[in-house]
Amino acid sequence: MTGAQILIECLEREGVEIMFGYPGGVVLPIFDRLYDSKIRFILTRHEQGAAHAADGYARATGKVGVCLATSGPGATNLTTGIANAYMDSIPMVAITGQVKTFLIGNDAFQEADVTGITRSISKHNFLVKEVKDLARVIREAFHIASTGRPGPVVIDIPVDVQQAECDFIWPQEVSIRGYKPTMFGHAGQIKKATRLIAESKKPILYIGGGVITSGAHLEVKELAETIQAPVTMTMMGLGAFPGTHELSLGMLGMHGTAYANHATMESDLIIAIGARFDDRVTGRVSAFAPHAKIIHIDIDPTSISKTVEVDIPIVGDAKNILCQLLKEIKKKPNTNKWLQQVHEWKARHPLRYAHHDDKIKPQFVIEQIYEATRGEAIITTEVGQNQMWSCQWYKYTNPRSFISSGGLGTMGFGLPAAMGVKLGCPDKTVFDIAGDGSIQMNIQELMTAVCNKIPVKIAILNNGYLGMVRQWQELFYKKRYSSTKLCNPDFVKVAESYGAVGMRVANPKDVRAAIEKAIEIDNTVLIDFIVEEEENVYPMVPAGEAINRMIGGMA
Amino acid sequence: MKHTISVLVENKFGVLARIAGLFSARGYNISSLAVAETFEQDISHMTIVVDAQDEKILEQIKKQLNRLIDVIMVVDFTKKEHSERELILSKVNYSAKNKAKLKALLDKYQAKIIQCKDETAVIEFSGEQQEIKQLVHELEQFGVKELVKTGRIAIAS
Ligand SMILES: Cc1ncc(C[n+]2csc(CCOP(=O)(O)OP(=O)(O)O)c2C)c(N)n1
Ligand SMILES: [Mg+2]
Repeated sequence: MTGAQILIECLEREGVEIMFGYPGGVVLPIFDRLYDSKIRFILTRHEQGAAHAADGYARATGKVGVCLATSGPGATNLTTGIANAYMDSIPMVAITGQVKTFLIGNDAFQEADVTGITRSISKHNFLVKEVKDLARVIREAFHIASTGRPGPVVIDIPVDVQQAECDFIWPQEVSIRGYKPTMFGHAGQIKKATRLIAESKKPILYIGGGVITSGAHLEVKELAETIQAPVTMTMMGLGAFPGTHELSLGMLGMHGTAYANHATMESDLIIAIGARFDDRVTGRVSAFAPHAKIIHIDIDPTSISKTVEVDIPIVGDAKNILCQLLKEIKKKPNTNKWLQQVHEWKARHPLRYAHHDDKIKPQFVIEQIYEATRGEAIITTEVGQNQMWSCQWYKYTNPRSFISSGGLGTMGFGLPAAMGVKLGCPDKTVFDIAGDGSIQMNIQELMTAVCNKIPVKIAILNNGYLGMVRQWQELFYKKRYSSTKLCNPDFVKVAESYGAVGMRVANPKDVRAAIEKAIEIDNTVLIDFIVEEEENVYPMVPAGEAINRMIGGMA
Repeated sequence: MKHTISVLVENKFGVLARIAGLFSARGYNISSLAVAETFEQDISHMTIVVDAQDEKILEQIKKQLNRLIDVIMVVDFTKKEHSERELILSKVNYSAKNKAKLKALLDKYQAKIIQCKDETAVIEFSGEQQEIKQLVHELEQFGVKELVKTGRIAIAS
């Protein structure tokens, strides 16, 4: 078989049903094989879109997302998407063509050192120099991408390797001596953890994306209910615990709820599960949760005691460890008083915004999407205020229902990601909650959505600004709005010219009807919501402050 | 504080770049690096000496080294019993006038001359950091023209 044949055969055996990408000179042999393959190939309009779509597909389904691009500019266009998947630990395999092996390093046409460029933004990468290695490399790539702490793996394949022939041998199993993720928690550590839990008076669960990755949401719920501890989530953890549950505190951190931040700061025991104490969560590290002992459950040892020193690290898979832990818990803490206190915070500092009769408040749009979809849609977001409001005003009850660029904060993620989500979960309503700035970073993917009949819904919260940056300028740079006022196209016409349905809504009274209509239409729909221009996201913890030092009159 | 870190890795292209990248990304300078194949051809051994400005960051780097797929094992020798050596080659002036004195010095250190040409001697010596420092210091009186070192290697005792 040729290298290209081996590649497609391996992808099929790995269970790949769908791929995203863009062709070019040095991947022609692969595209020729794809022509006859049962793998569905989605031609995006930009390689970045392909990477984000593969990423969105992976986030929604838990399967490995696959994207493919040509060498040089194709590969460099993928890199933002690879970095994005890396920061959020998303299983992805990115395949790039490379110039002929003997030309590598010669500044050949469309040559880029892909393994060099992606070294620090991927979990691992391979340059395949001999066709005999190809099957093993693909097998290893899928294994590495999807196990342990998942992440993107890049496979760079020179065109002559795609054309070279060799016998196809499918490696039955993968064994990499330097890669053996720890799956179960250390029994001694788990014992110690149960002791701390029993002694605690103000415990809190702080959960992140790792809970979703390991499928530990039911165990988290059981733990929370067993020990009667409130639960706060990172942005990546939204949906891992039902936002409607009485023990839910919603998101914590810079734009978290006031009650989540107060509870975290006052707690005497933080049980961190699959979360990494990101600086958007901790605020000023030296002031973070001063009274709390910390139990940290994570599969990646490098996440432990990285920014915040923890008392009891437990390395391993969250689901396994929680099962072990739940069996060991005999004595439960009494948290009545603590829950009462939490309840008071909730009552005193709810999330709020001032409704307006004539002007659409962006928060109102999201609330309406929540109601119209009965909380059952999958939401993707762009980056900025639209993203933070989506965290605050939609209550996620299921894992994998909130899909957003966390670690990298990539504007332009939401639309291509929504396509990947919709292809992975065709029965779900998928909304991309967008900003007027972000949507223009990958707006060309409207064509991909229309052309491939991927009926995603886009709700632009059109405030005429790079809103989040403007908010910082308002608060910290004396309202000097340097390069944040946007000049926008007519989004309705843009949608229509791509063959999508476009709607504009400027009156609060029309919001709900537009959303319902969009859900019903079996096509890609873009709604341009003209919203209050200078609305801010509150509460807000200024950078470098303790997380209970929130600003915002409404908090 | 200087740390001597020993790393077993897959003997493949790109591995060195990955490892060096973890240090360089933080602006950490590697003081010395020695790499060679082990008994097993497909495994290489690296001894890395690095000056840690911040122990916590070094701890993080070690964890990240361990996380690399191509890294098989990481050992920090700093607080462990171990033997370490470094080999140096040095060119010094070698004239009839100072011959006897140089010979005496080299005997004291059990260093040797491996080549002589045009009034220049190439000296070979292996030892611990402190001894090397002392020898080089004492050689200075003869005029050191060139000095190369292999970088430290270490083995657990
Ligand atoms: C690719 C990229 N470039 C720049 C930024 C910095 N940034 C963060 S939010 C933001 C403004 C986003 O504007 P918009 O999409 O209109 O969203 P809004 O905040 O107005 O809801 C910018 C520029 C980023 N996150 N990503
Ligand atoms: Mg905007």
